[in-house]
Amino acid sequence: MNLRFLSIKFLRALVTLWLVVTFVFVILRLSGDPAEQLLPDDVAPEIIEFYRKQWGLDRPIWEQYVKYFQAMAEGNFGRSFGDRREALVVISERIPYTLQLGLTVFITAMLLGIPSGIYAALHRNSAADRITMSFAVLGYSMPNFFLGILLIFLFSLKLRWLPSSGAGTPWHMVMPVITLGTALAGSIARFSRSAMLEVMNQDYIRTARSKGVRRLKRIYVHALPNAAIPIVTVVGFKLGALIGGAVVTENVFAWPGVGRLLVNAVGNRDLAVVQGIVMLIAATMLVANLLVDIAYGWLDPRIRVAGDDTGR
Amino acid sequence: MPYSVSLSAAFLILMLLVALFAPLIAPFHYEDTNLLLRLKPPSFLGGPEAHLLGTDDLGRDVLSRLIYAIRISIMVALLGTAIGAVLGTLLGFVAAHSRGWSEEVIMMMVDWQAAMPFLIIALAVLAFFGNSLLLFLLLMGIAGWETYARLTRGLVLAAKEQPYAIAARSFGARPLRVYGRHILPNIVSALIVQVTLNFPDTILLETSLSFLGLGIQPPLTSLGLMLGSGRDYLLFARWMTVFPGAVIFLTTLSMSIVGDWARDKLDPTIQD
Repeated sequence: MNLRFLSIKFLRALVTLWLVVTFVFVILRLSGDPAEQLLPDDVAPEIIEFYRKQWGLDRPIWEQYVKYFQAMAEGNFGRSFGDRREALVVISERIPYTLQLGLTVFITAMLLGIPSGIYAALHRNSAADRITMSFAVLGYSMPNFFLGILLIFLFSLKLRWLPSSGAGTPWHMVMPVITLGTALAGSIARFSRSAMLEVMNQDYIRTARSKGVRRLKRIYVHALPNAAIPIVTVVGFKLGALIGGAVVTENVFAWPGVGRLLVNAVGNRDLAVVQGIVMLIAATMLVANLLVDIAYGWLDPRIRVAGDDTGR
Repeated sequence: MPYSVSLSAAFLILMLLVALFAPLIAPFHYEDTNLLLRLKPPSFLGGPEAHLLGTDDLGRDVLSRLIYAIRISIMVALLGTAIGAVLGTLLGFVAAHSRGWSEEVIMMMVDWQAAMPFLIIALAVLAFFGNSLLLFLLLMGIAGWETYARLTRGLVLAAKEQPYAIAARSFGARPLRVYGRHILPNIVSALIVQVTLNFPDTILLETSLSFLGLGIQPPLTSLGLMLGSGRDYLLFARWMTVFPGAVIFLTTLSMSIVGDWARDKLDPTIQD
């Protein structure tokens, strides 16, 4: 693995994280006095003054910025309004639920999306291609919340087969997974199809064909490894987006994950929790992107050798 | 034009007309309540004659609310898309023109926004600043700017080296004239395609936020808000959710179909 390539990617990730922290710092300061913002409405003025001192809000703005940075680095996001517990603790209780849902959705969508997209590409304009792509467009256009509600109506209210909300048994996962998985599988299938189509039109595939390489070998040995590069990129981005993307679905099914916590926190203006979740999601996205870059370099020897050359 | 595309275009035109003439077509005002006629089914399912699509939990006419919701949702999505397109295109031009550090800053912001799910950014901003229609509109606009900036920058960089742009420059045309009169007309079709591809995302963002109760606020109504409030009455009044949900679904679907078609027309090399 090219060390230069990795370190550039790592530096970029750090810069992005710095931007996120700065962004939250700026909107926190723009929106008013953080001591009043981060403390509940009903606390006494003396307490606000105490915290203002303690948090250094009477200090110059650059010093506050550095302090804020340190607090973020230590994972100190402040305390939740609700029960006055550390925001980090409140958030981390919810992470396993979001991960459990997200990973199940991700694996299901990949297993469905990638093969069907590749199959559609190899049988272009066949009935199977049309059906797959129609499903992909439908899945992509269907709003999560509407699909979720329709599923609840059918499976919980009418048929009474599945629980409509909460977590606990595998049955609770079925509808959230369908809701999130449909759109994801659709977009993965669409992307896999176009990646595969593009590769199948390349000169080296035609060359392989003219050499008499058999169709299956052309597909598995010549085409797939090349199509894998763009597919891995997009799928990786989707992995990072899963935590954030589940916000709506978690709320439809009252799934006790980070997304539901976020919406409740926004509704209650529980800013300590909100800023913690923003940081968490940013960090997740960055780690996912970094993993994509590593996988990318591993899959594509050109990048491994040339270092950072992403077309910019 | 394939059958599906013309059907989608017809549906979108219908939605646009409904949005434009909402006060004229709506049989009732969207805030008119009638507590004696709560949760009545649509007239074709045996409900009262006057309420074609039934009534909601406050006895308001679902059809009228739907018409006004279409108006608000389409307006918000159109305005948001317009803000994003203008802002992104401008920044794309700036990046392509200046190169150097301002390009770096713009592209870094592009990368950053592409890396963060925008729903989260929007939720954070709404948490800190509270909700107002203006802020919400701005958020809708900021949601998509980065795709336009990235696209415009790439197109302008390529167009700058085209003979027509070089010719215009060699005649002494100032940069603003070269960009506005010569390059922009040449790249505008690609930007319009981007608008059609971006529009469904904006609709979905607005309806998602409104569904969560954090977007458009009552007494205004939007498709997402209607769906969100109808959710509690799913068992007794499914017409409260089915109609707005179907409208959102059909609108985004139609726009995607039209957008894909327009992109294929514009660039036959993309096989997607």
